[in-house]
Amino acid sequence: MESAIRYLPLRLSARFIPVWRRNLLVWRKLAIASILGNIADPLLYMLALGYGIGSMIGDVGGMSYVAFIGTGMVCQSAMFTSSFEGMYSAFSRMHVQRTWEAIINAPIALDDVMLAEWIWCATKAVMSTTAILIVIQVLGFGHTWLALWILPLGFLVGLCFGAFGLVMNALAPSYDFFTYFFTLVLTPMLLFSGVYFPVDQMPAWLASIAGALPLKHAIDIARPLMLGRFPDDVLLHVAVLLAYAIAAYYVALVLTRRRLLK
Amino acid sequence: MNDTAIPVGVRAPGIAGVREPQQVVRVRELRKRYGNVEVVRGLSFEIRRGECFALLGPNGAGKTTTLRCCLGLIDPDGGSIELVGEPVPKAAREARIRVGVVPQMDNLDPDFTVRENLLIYGGYFRLRRNVLDERIPRLLEFAGLAGKAEMSIRTLSGGMKRRLTLARALINDPELLILDEPTTGLDPQARHLIWDGLRQLLKQGKTILLTTHFMDEAERLATRLAVIDHGTMIACDTPRALLDAHVEPEVVEVYGEAARTWAESRGRPLATRLEVAGETAFCYASDAAPLLADLATHAGVRYLHRPANLEDLFIKLTGRELRD
Repeated sequence: MESAIRYLPLRLSARFIPVWRRNLLVWRKLAIASILGNIADPLLYMLALGYGIGSMIGDVGGMSYVAFIGTGMVCQSAMFTSSFEGMYSAFSRMHVQRTWEAIINAPIALDDVMLAEWIWCATKAVMSTTAILIVIQVLGFGHTWLALWILPLGFLVGLCFGAFGLVMNALAPSYDFFTYFFTLVLTPMLLFSGVYFPVDQMPAWLASIAGALPLKHAIDIARPLMLGRFPDDVLLHVAVLLAYAIAAYYVALVLTRRRLLK
Repeated sequence: MNDTAIPVGVRAPGIAGVREPQQVVRVRELRKRYGNVEVVRGLSFEIRRGECFALLGPNGAGKTTTLRCCLGLIDPDGGSIELVGEPVPKAAREARIRVGVVPQMDNLDPDFTVRENLLIYGGYFRLRRNVLDERIPRLLEFAGLAGKAEMSIRTLSGGMKRRLTLARALINDPELLILDEPTTGLDPQARHLIWDGLRQLLKQGKTILLTTHFMDEAERLATRLAVIDHGTMIACDTPRALLDAHVEPEVVEVYGEAARTWAESRGRPLATRLEVAGETAFCYASDAAPLLADLATHAGVRYLHRPANLEDLFIKLTGRELRD
């Protein structure tokens, strides 16, 4: 009986909205600190590496190195923001503050709470994507309306890594557990997806592994957009990101039901 | 709590077209198993409109599991549940629209103020802003938090948090209030305030289901109570009837090192029932006079004569050994 319920497919309903709104209202109270936190790190990397290394190597992939790394940073920050939200923030709400427990005593199901958290992770990814895009525009590295397509891309990256974060959240005994995800998933993702250098600089075997990484597919969409070109194979890249997102969310949902509904 | 501030109206029984069943909760043959352990084993009870029904039992007796099943948060392995007329878990969400819950552990939203906590929680019930703006001040007054609407949750005392949690549970004007150990961890003053609040709600016609392991809580509030242990019901009736049926009316407690020897040599024949726990002897009798007369001749033995209470009933029915 219990397993039948646990493995039910995703149930989507608009009831997630008040829960999503709750997260938005909390965020609003700390919005400035949150935005600064989102921008500061990528901005520092972009400036230091972009100008520092960029001055030695000139253009990379048809764009200045600052713009090259800036585009990588946009995707990277969507990844970090949503992972962080799915892990640390969701864990606070689920485990530490027991906010979810309060919510599911109201006429809202755990599935609705999970959907709200998932969409919220993606929302935060869009926020940080927006912030960094603005910085890039202000610095004058991107100059095309096509770059606006990076915002929905940020949402998709947020769905993908937010879901990964929620899987970790469902398994976590404490905050320390999330360190594994940084070491084993996020850091390799950051280094081998073409954030700092083109993937084709790596040996073939490594490049083919990189081809399976979701962040690489996000970057493959983002870079041409920043150059004012429509990217190739958009459908493939979007499909890979969506597949990761939905599969991971389903796992997160099953694991969370198992953790809380017992 | 403030008597003048009644937060929510009495639901008029039998409004035309609305079927109001007398039974607000119906649990039949409820079963729940975790691995090899069956924690709820065929539990049945019914709660009538306007009653305060207490589930009593030692830790691990299955109280919280029963509540979670009733709310549709976990699926039972057997039996049937009807909550405010809705079948659970099938229509659990519809049922929860008309139920308020005070959980065992505080889970107020620490990022919001007192007022925002009620406002956000009302949003989970899809209550309109004008309804909430009208309800919240009255609920805050009811909870004795009228001047504290803009305070942060982090600055509230334990008692205030509990009262706010109770107010939060009333945001949807529920027919049934479910409280899981509502006063655990509170000091006596704070506890009495919660009890006053609950009595007011009963006066308004609300139905209450609570779990507790405080006997005085059950004694003061419950119209009926059920003692459960190891997932089954041991007894269920009004407090008075349970005492009459299971426990001798008078108790003499004898303390100190001499208690055991006195109890074995003198007390046992004089008492109807006698239990020794550590350095205390509990003598149960329908007439304590012979016990007291004998004790009077033993200078230096400390003792207390009192009427039997629910604690005696509880210990008799569930034993003295410690539970975890």
